[in-house]
Amino acid sequence: MYLKLIARNALRHRLRTLLTVLGLTVAILAFGLLRTVVEAWYAGSEAASDTRLVTRNAISLTFPLPLSYQARIRQVTGVTRVAAANWFGGVYVSEKNFFPQFAIDAANYLALYPEYVMPEDQLRAFLRDRKGCVIGRKLAQVYGFRIGDAIPLRGTIFPGNWEFVVRAIYDGAERNTDTSILFFHWDYLNETLKKTVPRRADQVGVYVVGVAGAGRVAEVAAAIDGGFKNSLAETLTETEKAFQLGFVSMTEAIVVAIRLVSFVVILIILAVMANTMAMTARERIAEYATLKAIGFGPRHVVLLIVGESLAIAAVGAAAGVALTFPIAAEFSRAMGTLFKVFFVSHQTVQMQFAAAGLVGVLAAIAPGVRAARVRIADGLRSVG
Amino acid sequence: MRLPLSYVVRNLWTRKLTTLLTAGGMALVVFVFAAVLMLEAGLRQTLVDTGSFDNAVVIRRSAQTEVQSGIDRAQAGVIESQPEVTLGAGGARMLSKEVVVLVNLYKRDAENKPANVLVRGVEPQGLALRPQLHIVAGRLFRPGASEIVVGRSVAERFRGAGLGERLYFGLRDWSVVGVFDAGHSGFDSEIWGDADQLMQAFRRPVYSSVVLKLADPARFGELKARLESDPRLTVEAKREIEFYSEQSALLANFIRYLGLSLSVIFSVGAVLGAMITMYASVATRTAEIGTLRALGFRRGSILAAFLLEAAALGITGGAAGLFAASFMQLLTISTMNWQSFSELAFSFTLTGAIVAKSLAFALAMGFLGGFLPAARAARIDIVDALRAA
Repeated sequence: MYLKLIARNALRHRLRTLLTVLGLTVAILAFGLLRTVVEAWYAGSEAASDTRLVTRNAISLTFPLPLSYQARIRQVTGVTRVAAANWFGGVYVSEKNFFPQFAIDAANYLALYPEYVMPEDQLRAFLRDRKGCVIGRKLAQVYGFRIGDAIPLRGTIFPGNWEFVVRAIYDGAERNTDTSILFFHWDYLNETLKKTVPRRADQVGVYVVGVAGAGRVAEVAAAIDGGFKNSLAETLTETEKAFQLGFVSMTEAIVVAIRLVSFVVILIILAVMANTMAMTARERIAEYATLKAIGFGPRHVVLLIVGESLAIAAVGAAAGVALTFPIAAEFSRAMGTLFKVFFVSHQTVQMQFAAAGLVGVLAAIAPGVRAARVRIADGLRSVG
Repeated sequence: MRLPLSYVVRNLWTRKLTTLLTAGGMALVVFVFAAVLMLEAGLRQTLVDTGSFDNAVVIRRSAQTEVQSGIDRAQAGVIESQPEVTLGAGGARMLSKEVVVLVNLYKRDAENKPANVLVRGVEPQGLALRPQLHIVAGRLFRPGASEIVVGRSVAERFRGAGLGERLYFGLRDWSVVGVFDAGHSGFDSEIWGDADQLMQAFRRPVYSSVVLKLADPARFGELKARLESDPRLTVEAKREIEFYSEQSALLANFIRYLGLSLSVIFSVGAVLGAMITMYASVATRTAEIGTLRALGFRRGSILAAFLLEAAALGITGGAAGLFAASFMQLLTISTMNWQSFSELAFSFTLTGAIVAKSLAFALAMGFLGGFLPAARAARIDIVDALRAA
């Protein structure tokens, strides 16, 4: 009986219900997208492995480390592999086309990152070609790069015009693997620097260190940093996750703002929803009094109001969640490689439904209390 | 004949809860809208104040930022000898060869969260080139000593950066001997020291940039053309003011686009809320509207009265949202500027234009939400309406 009554009640003011549902849909959609943006921010740290360490110059990331450190880090007990990497920071055609580029010591680096999956023959072709590069699937799709294409980059950190030939395209082993990166040979960068700016040659941006077993990372990190204490280039070694979180925390103010705003949208829709329910209940006070007069207790009346509110919220939430997926996909395409990883997680969907449920219940409180408290005689006397 | 304004106001007053909720929803939207505009204005303000029209910055070609740039001593000498550089007291050239590096410092309030803070090594003329900069506590660093002065927001935010404290970087302890205020410009987020000392400490044989004051600001074009075509140099010259506004273009655009798209999405919710309220207001007053029409009020007056009611809702919400947003001026945001990779502090700034824009936005939301219901009210037939009672 309840369900039928609730459905009928909800459909009495079709236009009002439609407008409320529409508002809810938009709000739940916006909430979902904002949460997805925040999650994308953290994607790098989520994808980090717990057996990889990153060693960088203790002053800041903009200072390099000497090439000789590679061999010295390799000697620390517990270290399985050390790979050199340099952030390249090149510009492809225009500054709008941002994607990360790294010069890597290919054999070691790719062995440390098994999540970058590529065909064996492509890998071999890349290792053989000093001017070759490997690019991620997403990067290839966004700019239409194919194997054999040459990608021109204008160096901002390393002056000059550079060109790399695509020899391999990698896929991500996990859903959250970043496939928007371009990798090329560190040796090529170094040989070029020896000719153009010799004082900057033989220097490495960061070392990625593979550790035997996640339990030993703290000990290994301390051993590496201890070995370079009081040298000209002191190091700071942290887990890959901490390293990535460092970037997130630098822009934390923005993440916090987006989070806050995602709750503001829930507040806005709560105001709209509460308004709808308040008006509905006010118009129906006489009916609630009638229900009470024929013997229904206040609990039943409240249940009717909460039920209607929840039903409207559920429809709005379902529509909002359903729309989140295509719009997130479209947004991701429009943003190109700005967000490395962008997908709607299960957690987001759960949060969306939870938020809608909360709005449904909260919106029903004030009118519910009023309807429960109304005295039959007063209720019957009242007009909308 | 027009319906009196008091009729409109009283209608809103009778249904307080509904009015409050609708205006509250709008207030939140206007709050977000205004806050975003204030943030963007604050960022622009900070960076506009950082640069001066009379100054030029020379960096390595296509380096984009001072941190990425490198200019060796011979090249800096060529730049120094340009005739456009103005002469200061005692015939000194108003030019500062500067070295800019980033160091990791930790915030006072957070455990282990490093931020990239910009350290600038300047020559004696560096301060004279930035007249907005004043030492507010302590004194200036002595050339040749391991001393630094820090910007106001660095001193407040970072561990070990207060007056009398010491910072360790580049294998040395640096004494903080002074705190400067640069009038809310980007320099407030920097640490300054002696260029030669910092170059030594960081083992860096090259400068990052050369900043100079033009004798005649109109002749910047000539200087730029000569420097950029000189075969001994691989540099580009920019007016300081342009240099700094380019530094923040990405962040400013990001804030603007994110904020505006949010405002648009949110306003849909608020407009729907206003529409629901106004439709209900029309529905419950059908008989009343009929009576008014029978009394001789025209359709136009009814339409105007309901539109006014919606507009009043919008303005109330807008004013409340703006009032709340004005308190945001007390806050300072500190985040990493992606382009320069360094920490930058800026605050929410309320301008007259933002007040006008926010109120116009609120009014538009009210009108948009109120138009269809008002049209329905105006179309009501007298006889049907009176019978509805």
